[in-house]
Amino acid sequence: MSIVKTTYNRRSFIKASLAGGGGLMLSFSWLAACSPAGATKEMPSTWFDLNAYLSIADNGEVTIMSPNPEVGQNVKTSMPMIVADELDVDWKNVIVKQAPLNTESFTRQVAGGSQSIRQSWQGLRTAGATARQMLKNAAAKQWNVSPEDCKTEAGYVISGDKKISYGEIASAAATMEVPAEVKLKDPSEFRIIGTDQRNVDIDAIVTGKSLFGLDTKKEGMQYAVVMRPPAFGLKLKSFDDSETRSVNGVNDVLQFGNKLAVLATSTWAAMKGQRALKAQWEKDTMLESTSYHDKTMRDLLNKKANEPKRSDGNARAQFAKADHVIEKIYEAPFLPHNAMEPMNFYANVTAEKAEFVGPIQTPERTRKQIAELLGRPESDISIDMTRIGGGFGRRLYGDFALEAAEISNLAKTAVKVVYSREDDMTAGIYRPGSKYKFKAAIKDGKMVAYHLVGTGANMGNATRENNFPACTLDHYLVESHELKSNITTGAWRAPITNFLAYAEQSFFDEVASELGQDPVQFRLDLFAKAKENPVGDLQYDVDKSIGVIKLAAEKAGWGKAPEGVHQGFSTYYSHNTYVAEVADVVMQGSTPVVKKVTCAIDCGIVVNPIAAINQVQGGVIDGIGHAMFGDFSFEEGQPQARNFDKYRLIRMKEAPEVEVHFVKSNNDPTGLGEPALPPAGGAIANAIAKATGKRFYRQPFVKEQIVLG
Amino acid sequence: MAVFNLTINGKSQQVDVDPDTPVLWVLRDNLDLVGTKYGCGIGQCGACTIHLDGTAVRSCSLPVSAVGEKNVTTIEGLSANGDHPVQEAWREHDVPQCGYCQAGQIMNAAALLSKNPKPSEEQIENAMNGNLCRCGTYLNIKAAIKSASAKL
Repeated sequence: MSIVKTTYNRRSFIKASLAGGGGLMLSFSWLAACSPAGATKEMPSTWFDLNAYLSIADNGEVTIMSPNPEVGQNVKTSMPMIVADELDVDWKNVIVKQAPLNTESFTRQVAGGSQSIRQSWQGLRTAGATARQMLKNAAAKQWNVSPEDCKTEAGYVISGDKKISYGEIASAAATMEVPAEVKLKDPSEFRIIGTDQRNVDIDAIVTGKSLFGLDTKKEGMQYAVVMRPPAFGLKLKSFDDSETRSVNGVNDVLQFGNKLAVLATSTWAAMKGQRALKAQWEKDTMLESTSYHDKTMRDLLNKKANEPKRSDGNARAQFAKADHVIEKIYEAPFLPHNAMEPMNFYANVTAEKAEFVGPIQTPERTRKQIAELLGRPESDISIDMTRIGGGFGRRLYGDFALEAAEISNLAKTAVKVVYSREDDMTAGIYRPGSKYKFKAAIKDGKMVAYHLVGTGANMGNATRENNFPACTLDHYLVESHELKSNITTGAWRAPITNFLAYAEQSFFDEVASELGQDPVQFRLDLFAKAKENPVGDLQYDVDKSIGVIKLAAEKAGWGKAPEGVHQGFSTYYSHNTYVAEVADVVMQGSTPVVKKVTCAIDCGIVVNPIAAINQVQGGVIDGIGHAMFGDFSFEEGQPQARNFDKYRLIRMKEAPEVEVHFVKSNNDPTGLGEPALPPAGGAIANAIAKATGKRFYRQPFVKEQIVLG
Repeated sequence: MAVFNLTINGKSQQVDVDPDTPVLWVLRDNLDLVGTKYGCGIGQCGACTIHLDGTAVRSCSLPVSAVGEKNVTTIEGLSANGDHPVQEAWREHDVPQCGYCQAGQIMNAAALLSKNPKPSEEQIENAMNGNLCRCGTYLNIKAAIKSASAKL
């Protein structure tokens, strides 16, 4: 049990408790809200706000606000579970509601970096524990006993033979002073955290209810489809919209900057109108092609950086006197995100206020940008978050919301901006193309020095210089160069590490193989050095690194694979979570087939195991899919794939079995949205190399060899 | 524009739209049946799957003028109370992550099981291969179809 001060985000506790004193009726539809067990009891008549996170009804139902955007990482279920556990209520009496953007009450309403659970853990627990203490204090006052003599049990306060439900005492509890500090549960006391709880939106999802941004429909709204420059580096010269204006349902065509918006009474009419536009474009800046990126980045790999990202010992000197140097270059393309729900946003900008609804991973930052664009105070602007049909980093950027703001402001009407799949794939904020050159100096049969040079488009530092194998080698050098590109790039599920991990783990496999060492033991020996005598600044947990390696090897039967099964190993630490994966590959004729991936993960406490397994399986499959098939290129600034006929995503047939094992832990939870992805490509590539002798230096693999799943 | 009389989820509906309008957009924009999703518009991802006289079709590539007398079933009408065995299996396995593609997955799975209640693993994979899920929930989808099949 730990005691925490409620000063953390205290505004959310104080403000709501004052408001809740009178028994505030919340202004949302109780029936429309999500209840994990479906609508159960009678309709409550009065709700009492105990703080910004939660309200308790007179019948004992509890409403818990989920503050962060739900993008498929399941926080809309797992964040309220944490509040409910500390509040000590029965989960089946909990109704979950998505909070709007509210910086007064909530902090870090972001879906990104696998950080929602990790960064909100303490705040969510404190919210539940504070309300629980207020309920105890109210009951104690009523019974004239000490709060110390009261305990709670699944929605009741109990003292001796006295028992009162939260619903009955909520009114009094809402008037109690917010305690200055509260006790949090010991993990052994958790009743909801660590149990399998179904997605709170599951009923709405399987019956097709309106949930997503694209489902938004409001009175007076027009549909807007935008024509953007067809290539990066082009600007609008002139346009002819006469044919567009003759399309049934098209109301207007507006120019804003280098873009044209078609406003219509239906999505179809707007899409048809966009296709009927005739626009002329002219060169504004360089028209970049993949061949240019490849050449420029390969040149950068041979350049010496002015300042290395990290340098321990003297790697260059060791390379000069090495017996042998192993050098490999790994290359990855730009990639679109391809969230299944294309970008879209609703905006209604009026003289009084500006109302926004839609799927966005960063509502707070987006509101700032909208305020700046419109020249309006943030207080005029509201953002309601819908459920998000996939983000993978694309919806960290609010460009589509800004388009909606601009169009609504210009057209003086409510609009929903809708991207076609072609718009979505060609107006991307792509995973940057990147390349890595790895060198290992071998002396007397040992790796004595390591040199990594990374480069990527608009990537800043393309490396993770303090990750493994930092600290495991006396001579270690990491450099990075950036390629400046006018192609918009940004975060893509597990930024940088989504390919860096692949390259690094493939390289280590190759080094181990050349040295005649077992790939798992080779890594364990390196970690042993970091444990005994780390070289330089150590920024990862060696024991956790070793823990997941051993667990994955044990569960996968590493070294004991049956005849015909070829295993590959990979491990990576990202987003505060440790992961190791073993892939099993079999040969079908001359084709390697990935049958299974065994995954070991240390993410601290697992809040909702059924959803956590789903995240890990999805991350592994996503990682394999993009390593095998993710292919994207540019010609004269123009994306060469525009839809799923030319862009291949992994499908069911190609998805292997994924077995997931969590390290048992009482450490505070980290995140799971990203960490399972980075090691996946390396695990299968290393297994394929073992099966066929062929190594892949360039993604996607499918360009080099057909691989079935 | 032209008037079309459609039977959707057992109910007669009249819409006045261009004949080339895909059923997807008639459902979503004209009839407020937003469970059927737009994913690609070219029949490559399966998010828009509906049933036409019980057969799974891609509503993004089906012009409203081609529906005629056929019965259209959407995710909203798959079962009266949301308790089709496939929907129940989706709950049991807690299949979705983001959930966006799942209506299409469910409609395709339901059509498969109505024609072949006991599909082999290979038959499931073949039937479901046209439905994309970027979240990668394929293993849950497959397990849920097997569960639903076992109960049929």
